[in-house]
Amino acid sequence: MSKGDGIYPEDLHYTKEHEWLGVSGGVATVGITHYAQSELGDIVYVELPQVGAAVVAGEPFGTVESVKAVSELFAPTSGTVAEVNGALTEHPETVNRDPYGEGWMIRIKMADAQEVQGLMTTPAYRKYVEDEAN
Amino acid sequence: MSGQASGGAPKKTPLHALAKELGGRLVDFAGWEMPVQFSSVIEEHMAVRTAAGLFDVSHMGEIEVEGQDALAFVQSVTCNDASRLADGQAHYSALTTPEGTFVDDILVYRRGPDRFLLVVNAGNTDKDFEWARRHVSGKVKVENASARWAQIAIQGPRAEEILRPHTPADLRGIAYYHFAETRVGGAQALLSRTGYTGDDGFEIYLAPAASEGVARALLDGGRSSGLLPCGLGARDTLRLEAGMPLYGNDIDETTTVLEAGLGWICKLDKGPFVGREALLRQKTAGPKRRRVGFEMVDRGIARHGYPVRFEGREVGQVTSGTFGPYVKKNIGMAYVPPELSGTGARFSVVIRERDAAAVVVPTPFYRRAR
Repeated sequence: MSKGDGIYPEDLHYTKEHEWLGVSGGVATVGITHYAQSELGDIVYVELPQVGAAVVAGEPFGTVESVKAVSELFAPTSGTVAEVNGALTEHPETVNRDPYGEGWMIRIKMADAQEVQGLMTTPAYRKYVEDEAN
Repeated sequence: MSGQASGGAPKKTPLHALAKELGGRLVDFAGWEMPVQFSSVIEEHMAVRTAAGLFDVSHMGEIEVEGQDALAFVQSVTCNDASRLADGQAHYSALTTPEGTFVDDILVYRRGPDRFLLVVNAGNTDKDFEWARRHVSGKVKVENASARWAQIAIQGPRAEEILRPHTPADLRGIAYYHFAETRVGGAQALLSRTGYTGDDGFEIYLAPAASEGVARALLDGGRSSGLLPCGLGARDTLRLEAGMPLYGNDIDETTTVLEAGLGWICKLDKGPFVGREALLRQKTAGPKRRRVGFEMVDRGIARHGYPVRFEGREVGQVTSGTFGPYVKKNIGMAYVPPELSGTGARFSVVIRERDAAAVVVPTPFYRRAR
């Protein structure tokens, strides 16, 4: 497994809605966190935008469904969808198995690379989850 | 999942501590704190289809009916024909309103000529008991005995072999929808070949104080056979694959027994009962809507409350929907007009403001090999 081993990988940024974001050269890879997939349970459906679609920070960009529940996915940053993980259509359970690796969802060409400053760092997110869990 | 809300702190079953110890994720359901899952809904679902699963269903209500007029009373408030039950036999039935809708869907057990046990939905227990009491006449005692009964369901093709070492009962001799008053794990029990999963299995009614020991013994003994503790999540997906309605989702006080497609529990020729006239009228006129099972043709999962659309018009509502872990299809139930209720009929389910095609299929979605 790649990044999936760490429950809170160090090199990512996090949202309050439990998405993660990893930035490389103005492109942000986005997925949901280990905690999010664990809370959702077995993921059976993922609905993602088309390449080229505009996404806005804090606005829904897709949907993830477990056996039990439907949850919206919120964009952690604004920009244009550069790539979509099409493998999740056939194998949505990948998100449970490897949320930070093969379970990534979309890549966003960021409108403003400074936007990540508003997101949580790893220690901040870890504390946020621990507080939510209690 | 949905249930009837009730005030105050959620109640706990006698197996609550065990569920916690086993890592169950606890949620509030119908006023009870219950495990929704232990490992994963899909894993538990598959365990029941291929081996066995153990469920705590102690939240279900039990109403005891006894006395010379017990049968007459049961006949007067339920739509199935309890006079056809022999001692040791049970059937699926409903407490019906004067409109022919569901006060509740229930199991009726005949323990003796003057002795019946009604097993009711957790969230409806108080309502059902009040309803029953209001309809009592003659020599009959109706008692809400829910606190005296715990209930463990063991379901799946290996349920019988797992249970066998724990009871002196001849399990082979207990046919589907029959029961024995026997012992399980040393405790007095009503052992019934029934369930809410579509697979073979048993429901064990026993004293709360004995239930944890019996559950532990079954789980320990069954582990090597693939027995898993299961939560309400798998219970819901299993019953849905089996085409069984869930009170509060698929049936309630606004849906009639005939609309729900449960005409087979509705014995209109058995004599008077609450709701009979309304159901007779509806049978003659034909219900204006019917509950159907459907499969999604387009991508997407239908969920409770999603609209059903046909030729641009909203014509009904989804009452249950999920991904079916064993059938591996997105399935659901909905009420639709009669002309859209035949196998092969197509309509749309509105999922997040988009029309997704669905097709009516025969239920159950899953039928076990016999």
